[in-house]
Amino acid sequence: MERIRNISDLERIREQILKKRESEKIVLRTCISTGCRAQKSLKVVSALGSAIEEQGLQDTVKIRKTGCHGFCEMGPIMVVEPENIFYRKVRPEDVNEIISQLTEGGIVERLLWKDPVTKEHITSERELPIYKRQKKKVTYRSGRIDPADIEDYIAANGYSALGKALTFMSPAEVIGTVIASGLRGRGGGGFPAGVKWKMCSEAPSDIRYIIANGDEGDPGAFMDRSLMEGDPHSIIEGMIIGAYAIGARQGFIYVREEYPIAIEHLSIAIRQAEEYGILGNNILGSGCEFNIKIHRGAGAFVCGEETALIISIEGRSGTPRSRPPYPAIEGLWGKPTVINNVETFANIPLIISKGAEAYASVGTERSKGTKVFSLVGKVMNTGLIEVEMGTTLREIIFDIGGGIRKCKLFKAVQTGGPSGGCIPITKIDMPVDYDSLREAGAIMGSGGMIVMDGTSCMVDVARYFINFLMYESCGKCVPCREGLKQMHHILENICEGHGEEDDIKTLIELGQFMMTSSLCGLGSTAPNPVLSTIRHFRSEYESHIYDKKCFAGVCKNLFEYVIDAELCNGCALCRLKCPEGAISGKKKKPHSIDSSKCIKCGICFNSCKQEAILVR
Amino acid sequence: MDIQVIDSILEKYEYRHSDIIGIMQEVQHIENFLPEEALRYISRRMEISLTRIFDIVTFYKAFSLKPRGRHIIKICCGTTCHLGGAVQNLEQINRTLNIKDGGTTDDRMFSLETVNCLGACALAPVVVVGDEYYEAVNAGKIEKILSSYPQEEEK
Repeated sequence: MERIRNISDLERIREQILKKRESEKIVLRTCISTGCRAQKSLKVVSALGSAIEEQGLQDTVKIRKTGCHGFCEMGPIMVVEPENIFYRKVRPEDVNEIISQLTEGGIVERLLWKDPVTKEHITSERELPIYKRQKKKVTYRSGRIDPADIEDYIAANGYSALGKALTFMSPAEVIGTVIASGLRGRGGGGFPAGVKWKMCSEAPSDIRYIIANGDEGDPGAFMDRSLMEGDPHSIIEGMIIGAYAIGARQGFIYVREEYPIAIEHLSIAIRQAEEYGILGNNILGSGCEFNIKIHRGAGAFVCGEETALIISIEGRSGTPRSRPPYPAIEGLWGKPTVINNVETFANIPLIISKGAEAYASVGTERSKGTKVFSLVGKVMNTGLIEVEMGTTLREIIFDIGGGIRKCKLFKAVQTGGPSGGCIPITKIDMPVDYDSLREAGAIMGSGGMIVMDGTSCMVDVARYFINFLMYESCGKCVPCREGLKQMHHILENICEGHGEEDDIKTLIELGQFMMTSSLCGLGSTAPNPVLSTIRHFRSEYESHIYDKKCFAGVCKNLFEYVIDAELCNGCALCRLKCPEGAISGKKKKPHSIDSSKCIKCGICFNSCKQEAILVR
Repeated sequence: MDIQVIDSILEKYEYRHSDIIGIMQEVQHIENFLPEEALRYISRRMEISLTRIFDIVTFYKAFSLKPRGRHIIKICCGTTCHLGGAVQNLEQINRTLNIKDGGTTDDRMFSLETVNCLGACALAPVVVVGDEYYEAVNAGKIEKILSSYPQEEEK
């Protein structure tokens, strides 16, 4: 292949690629990202390959192995273009039928998505409710291009923002544009990205570094993974533009080891960018030099914190240090360093190519652009979504997410991972942006959104996060290390049924102390899950402490399963499934549970079709 | 462990102190754990104190100083998996294989580890054995999953 020397080379190569692809009449966009791969999409791809060969369709039908489409639960996902037919849960056995229908122009109806309410089949991907209300900008290419093929990225207008920045803009203009766009860091804190770049570029030094943070440690979040797997070049492009703006020659991408596919796709993307002359010396004839190295994390949540991450890249155990000095002034090896989340970098090409004004026209007053969320939990449609900042929770959960599973009641949504909080149903019409989330006691975080229904106990949720953080605290500062331990102790007691009168007060006191005195973001935001659940679900704490009751049916010491004699039709399913033989009753007569034998495993509760088993 | 293999890894990373984490990840990838003699050797060749090496090894969860089984079972304990019943799955594996989190079966077939989040939340609860992902796992499915890994002879 040919090295791209300048912007006209880039345009010429783009045209060549597009011309070469004119013969592709039908494209099968098949997802091979983690979600679909876990559901055996690679087998589907290889079955497709042999079926196409058997039918002699190699010249007209092309399989495109893409990144995440977003509707992960329905995987393996395949979209047939140009008709835009969306097939879900495709199995290798279905492949022959799909291929034979291609030539006849037909549709395999049983693989279409069916609306659970109207029972209607929906053919086109664009018409699916989960996609219809989204605004895919950052994730637009993921699911459309082959992330392991730079030609796909270039064909989809990739690297044209880089060409524009390096050819027509000065570094100061790039920084000015990013500031004007109002882009705030997508990793959680929400610090204006352009301001960070400006600070770094003004810090006196001959060496500067740029780091992309892909250490997505928040449980329940996988936006960064999908982006790194599905569109790695957009992150690289954003990083090169950033490097040009601040004058960095070396960049790092820090990726969790738990994301092997992301590491693989990024490595391929970096290698291809080097081969095409997009990374290396004299990028696009600008005289700018930049290289990127991948650094694999080794399983430490705290390394998502910027100072800990920097120390980890330096080859030490990643414990945070106090700020200031901020990394933008004194970062990696003491040099000024810009560290942004990978999603932040993926926004940069959009800003440069469309201009700051167009970018800022989307979103709210103080939160611009779009945000990617992972919508998971007890919601009908789970997966990855991208919406305009300021979209309400109701739109996200009910219009895009399709409402709560099994027609249960929405109780809360947890955002921001362990540093975030729980937002109750009363705030369902709240717009989702940095500031309103903070006001509600949660944070944007990296964008995990976990929907909970009545079967989730809020005290247990708080205990879960505190337990998580207790293990992940690096132990360097006392408030975080000891505070979490004490909080966990109190919460454990409450869940076991040993809660005492002053527990809530002590939790609040501890939380406020940790917030003001911890060394890094991990400790100072750690009380959020506890404080937000106390604030919005205080009565649940009180019923645990005073009445010794957990009405969600989670804390084993604090509830009993009983069978409602009026609802029970005596089908005996629960009696047969109970591992302890605690259920008795005659066929077609109401059954009953012997609470002295019951171990509260929940098998009967989940299997009863009459919903006759109640938590009391 | 073969000294030459370690040497070639050290060469690849040009003995850079900052790459010590990457070097140990490669060693662990080959050996499945970090043998003490390998760490001592790396410490000598790279002139990094053994204290610092052990500091790093014990800080990062991914490193293991004990030999691990042929199949590593990872139970995802992320929020979505937790709400979906990851704890019950973990308890079921505890009972079936008689090992705890971080433990290895006596025949070195399985090691059990919990991870914070695998980023496959839409498929929760997730259990991974080796490279194989299992979605929407409940306690009842555990035995079936484990039985698909035959008790092979040690190579």
